[in-house]
Amino acid sequence: MRLSEDNVRVALEIIGRYPRPRSATIPLLHLAQQQDGYVTNEAMAHIGELVGATSAEVLGTATFYEMFKFEPVGKYLVNICGTMSCALLGSEELMHHAEHTLGIKAGSTTADGLFTLEHAECQAACTEAPTLQVNYRYRFRVTNETFDQLIEDLRAGRLADEIPAHGTVAKIRQRIPADKGVGAVPPESVTAPPSWMPAAEAAK
Amino acid sequence: MTARAENYPYTPGFYAGDRPEIVTSRFKYEDSYTLDRYLATGGYEGLKAALAKPAPAVHEEVKAATVLGRGGAGFPAGTKWGLTPPGVFPRYLVVNGDESEPGTYKDRLLMERDPHQLIEGCLIACYAAGLSQCFLYIRGEMAVAQERVAQALNDAYAAGYIGKNILGSQFSLDIVLHWGAGAYVVGEETALIESLEGNRGMPRLKPPFFPAAIGLYGQPTVVNNVETLANLPWLLVNGAAEYVKIGTETSPGTRMMAVSGHVKRPGVFEVVNGSTTFRDLIYGEEFCQGIRDGHELKAFVPGGGSAPWFLADQLDLPLEGRQVGAAGSMVGSGAVMVMDETTDIPAAALTLTAFYAHESCGKCAPCREGGTWLMRILERVVAGHGTSRDLDQLIQVGETICPGNFPHASSERLGLTAVPFPYKMTTICFVGPSAYTPVHSALTLFRDEFEAKLVKRTFISVSSAPVEVAAANTQSAGAHA
Repeated sequence: MRLSEDNVRVALEIIGRYPRPRSATIPLLHLAQQQDGYVTNEAMAHIGELVGATSAEVLGTATFYEMFKFEPVGKYLVNICGTMSCALLGSEELMHHAEHTLGIKAGSTTADGLFTLEHAECQAACTEAPTLQVNYRYRFRVTNETFDQLIEDLRAGRLADEIPAHGTVAKIRQRIPADKGVGAVPPESVTAPPSWMPAAEAAK
Repeated sequence: MTARAENYPYTPGFYAGDRPEIVTSRFKYEDSYTLDRYLATGGYEGLKAALAKPAPAVHEEVKAATVLGRGGAGFPAGTKWGLTPPGVFPRYLVVNGDESEPGTYKDRLLMERDPHQLIEGCLIACYAAGLSQCFLYIRGEMAVAQERVAQALNDAYAAGYIGKNILGSQFSLDIVLHWGAGAYVVGEETALIESLEGNRGMPRLKPPFFPAAIGLYGQPTVVNNVETLANLPWLLVNGAAEYVKIGTETSPGTRMMAVSGHVKRPGVFEVVNGSTTFRDLIYGEEFCQGIRDGHELKAFVPGGGSAPWFLADQLDLPLEGRQVGAAGSMVGSGAVMVMDETTDIPAAALTLTAFYAHESCGKCAPCREGGTWLMRILERVVAGHGTSRDLDQLIQVGETICPGNFPHASSERLGLTAVPFPYKMTTICFVGPSAYTPVHSALTLFRDEFEAKLVKRTFISVSSAPVEVAAANTQSAGAHA
């Protein structure tokens, strides 16, 4: 799907913050994923039009990054960390348990479209091992029991306030008020040192 | 020194203590991330102190404090700012909040728990070094950190701490929140810049692409770690003279350390830089309180997944770059991972090698191919299907990534003397060597554990007398090579 009218407005606001529009590629891919749950070909073509790149260039960028999905995934993406600190404290056993509970192998989605299970790399919460993320929201020191409880809560919709459906990462966006922002300009249109730098210092 | 070892419920893993607090002083407040709390606890005073001086004087202050980069390389921030070529503008600041080194857990806390401190640090850096726009790159998977920083930026804009004519001065700056989408290699500064330009996050060749000279959009660019910048507000309020009183001459101030694995109390601590030892961290009452009950230390990774491993022999080393380097490893990103005697060393090494093999961006062949080879061979060995040829092959593959002597720790038990850090490498960035590091450390220090996993097999020769066939597994050697 192409970006909706509302999302195009958000996209233009994001693009306007960068000296070059292409820098907005990754944020706009997130926006597309938020809209559709995954990144579609139409969205990538549309992003290309917005940032001045071909759809192939956008695809090239998108496929480098693990968070972008190119086919539908579950409403809840469950990422279990398997790197060293978590592995030392039982992440492999947790993964086996998760596969058993959900009835799927890591890398696949449940038949009801609710859960996708993934093996993830270090999540920067190593002291709280083993860890997992559901749509990039943490759960720490996960046991088999707390895992089952989590899945039950998600199924029952009890965590809907904390954990948005897959596609939304941060629920708060940066907004730069028009009257406060300095504004981004292409680098080639700037040659002078910034106004607060003494000229003698700037030449150094 | 056991008083006040608190764990705040809303800061999982963090423990305060009777230690100097430069970057974690607000972690004790539940609402530490709000502008109100920040202003009530001395917030933006560092910025005011900076704006009261000419920019070059602020730069000099930071240089005098020798604030070492906290991202891994440990290069002094003040010196780094001075490397931009003269008279070339605009210059940019890119903040590296793509924390993903295995074992590292500090930048996320600093962004989630005290985002205004980071923003103030960015403002001070841009003012001092004449940088005209700041991009704050947060790792894609950190939803809460992105929300907290976004809210903090919105509040700071509204209050006039960011934007045009900050606090009525000549100084104007935009800080743009940028977020990634899951790629470890983007933590490398040139890859971070590529990613910020909207491309695949592949590192650039240095030279010529030193960010200070040719960085974002080809302009001079300073790339600083989150923790490095978080030090600046305190530094500007209290002065360099106070800053260098903490820690040692070569490693002043404090640093955040995350200790994880088989310890009684894994945690994140702000510790005195340079003098705190690994023994303090792992066994100290105010830190991790020793190895989990009934077990003993086998080995530890001192500085993030990319660092060569240490043994009990190295426990008394302090967190000081040169000493740790001479002992064969690095302080790196402030992440200690502890293994007790129950650890299956080849399997532990495999988790790290698999990480780096998975995260290789594919630009340099030795890493792209070599990392995967290392992982596959190691998987075979761990599964019990390896042969002695596989162990030699691991070293051979490693030597294509890092030719020559590879750093490792000394060991009294093995009669080994240390080979100092760093290594030579055939790749642009450290991802490739990092895939080999755990393999090399584990093989050097615990070779017997690898050998115990090999298939026991004696080949039958048709021409000689019958020989013993020990193994149940009779696959040919060729099938494994």
